[in-house]
Amino acid sequence: MAMTLAEKILARKALKKEVAPGELVTVAVDHTMTYDLFCPSVVEAFKEMGFKQVWNPNKIAIIFDHLVPAKNAKEVEHFKVSLAFARAQGITKVHQHDGICHQLLFEKGYSRPGDVILGTDSHTVTTGGVGAFATGIGYTEMASIWGTGEIWLKVPETLRFEIEGELAPGVSAKDLILKIIGDIGHAGATYKAMEFGGTLIGRLSVAQRLTIANMSVEAGAKAGLMAPDEKVLEHYRELGITDFPMLRPDPDAAYRSVSRYDASKLVPMVSCSPAVDNVMPLFEVAGEEVRKAFLGSCTNGRLEDIEMAASLVRGKKIHPKVEMIVTPASRTIYQQAIQSGAVAALVEAGAYVTVPACGLCSGINGGVVADGDTIISSNNRNFLGRMGGPTARVILASPASVAVSALAGKVVDPREYL
Amino acid sequence: MENNLTGNAWKFGNNIDTDIIMPSQYLSWPLEESYRLAFEPLRKGFADLVTPGDVIVAGSNFGSGSSREQAAQAIFRMGIRAVIANSYARIFYRNALNIGLYAIECPEAEAIIEEGNRVKIDLDRGVLLNLSTAREASFGPFPQNLRKIMEAGGLVEYMKKRNHQEAR
Repeated sequence: MAMTLAEKILARKALKKEVAPGELVTVAVDHTMTYDLFCPSVVEAFKEMGFKQVWNPNKIAIIFDHLVPAKNAKEVEHFKVSLAFARAQGITKVHQHDGICHQLLFEKGYSRPGDVILGTDSHTVTTGGVGAFATGIGYTEMASIWGTGEIWLKVPETLRFEIEGELAPGVSAKDLILKIIGDIGHAGATYKAMEFGGTLIGRLSVAQRLTIANMSVEAGAKAGLMAPDEKVLEHYRELGITDFPMLRPDPDAAYRSVSRYDASKLVPMVSCSPAVDNVMPLFEVAGEEVRKAFLGSCTNGRLEDIEMAASLVRGKKIHPKVEMIVTPASRTIYQQAIQSGAVAALVEAGAYVTVPACGLCSGINGGVVADGDTIISSNNRNFLGRMGGPTARVILASPASVAVSALAGKVVDPREYL
Repeated sequence: MENNLTGNAWKFGNNIDTDIIMPSQYLSWPLEESYRLAFEPLRKGFADLVTPGDVIVAGSNFGSGSSREQAAQAIFRMGIRAVIANSYARIFYRNALNIGLYAIECPEAEAIIEEGNRVKIDLDRGVLLNLSTAREASFGPFPQNLRKIMEAGGLVEYMKKRNHQEAR
């Protein structure tokens, strides 16, 4: 039977020849991830369930990112509980200040093509961009995986997105995924997998593919997948990881639907509070005053995002009324952005750089937005109260749109600044 | 697993996301403190209005957004026993049933239940009865593997039993 990429991965991990949508399968989990905020709850549930030893300490990553740097004693307690458990269980994949969990799953090679990855975060879908079936769960369910190494999953139907052509200068993968979410709505892929293909995907950098997969959950998707190619192989080769299958969907696989996009027709897009599917072309909000600009997150805090923004602000000044915050997605990215001169260009223009972590995107750390103020941001969510006050307005956009709007003090089109 | 639930309805609209149900600023707080602030961006003080046994009736895509289990936990902690919605975001749905909060998918409920109506849920028959108006709607059964977890009283109890049996 012909299978989609999601079906192929799940069949393999369930040790079955084939699986079909709707089927419940129990799969062996390749790797898990949990972070500071929820780790103590996983630990508590794990103990309550009566487990003594985790099934495999090498398949558990514990990453501190939502609370870094801690701003009160309560938060430090999360680190302490997590570290004590890791030590007792022999868990060594612990990152205390190396960056955002989803970026590290990719960067460190914990999530590989063809893997089944579970994390206590909805944006765990990010490494679908390299062909992993990666998805989010709650902390109670994570505790049961830590104990058993397995999870039951319902095989999802797959929505296929065929994207042909090339993106125009000033238009990025972020604009594409915003457009798709606007088209199908924020429950358009609930209980389903999204699979992206077509000539554009091969042209995109791996970083941009991760951006697309990352936001698939904003349409409700269980996973957002792309078949791995030479660019993906290259990343894992550099890490010395070669033991994974290069799975591809079958050409005659059965999809719930197939949607086609012409990338060359795309324009810069935005999504405005209070919902991610409130998507429109950027020109519809052009001229709107912004008080803050945020460049970061597991969606768009990678090196090429920071370099794109730096290239647009280099030698210029951020508008005096705008506070621009840059938060690299990982320590490695931060170092690379220093070496490339991108950090200097941004800081000289008037932006400031914070520690590599979730930062403003999680609404927990510094820089939150006041009621009535507008922020233009490269992250993934704009729900009520997400980044501060309940009436703060969040405009989601590409790194290029964020950078040029910070210069102008209002929403402007990056294509006019190239 | 209880067979019947009866409570008063609280109504919410579409796309009630987990940032509304449990704002991230309170995620590192103990549940005993944070649950009182649930739904703050939309309906401040909601937890104080709830009587144990009440139910939430909502539109589509309830619980969308982040994986934070505190969203389901806070609703359960304030005394709500069931959420009835047109549809759910998948992580919330799984979280709710894993902790013993009944997440019932019933697109007709919104039309036949008003805020404050008294609602009876018959889990065996899959029927919702609006006791205030005598109108009825039906909903499909829970998947078999979830029923096992629900019958045990949630995933923690289910695993506890399993581990206890293995130890013997």
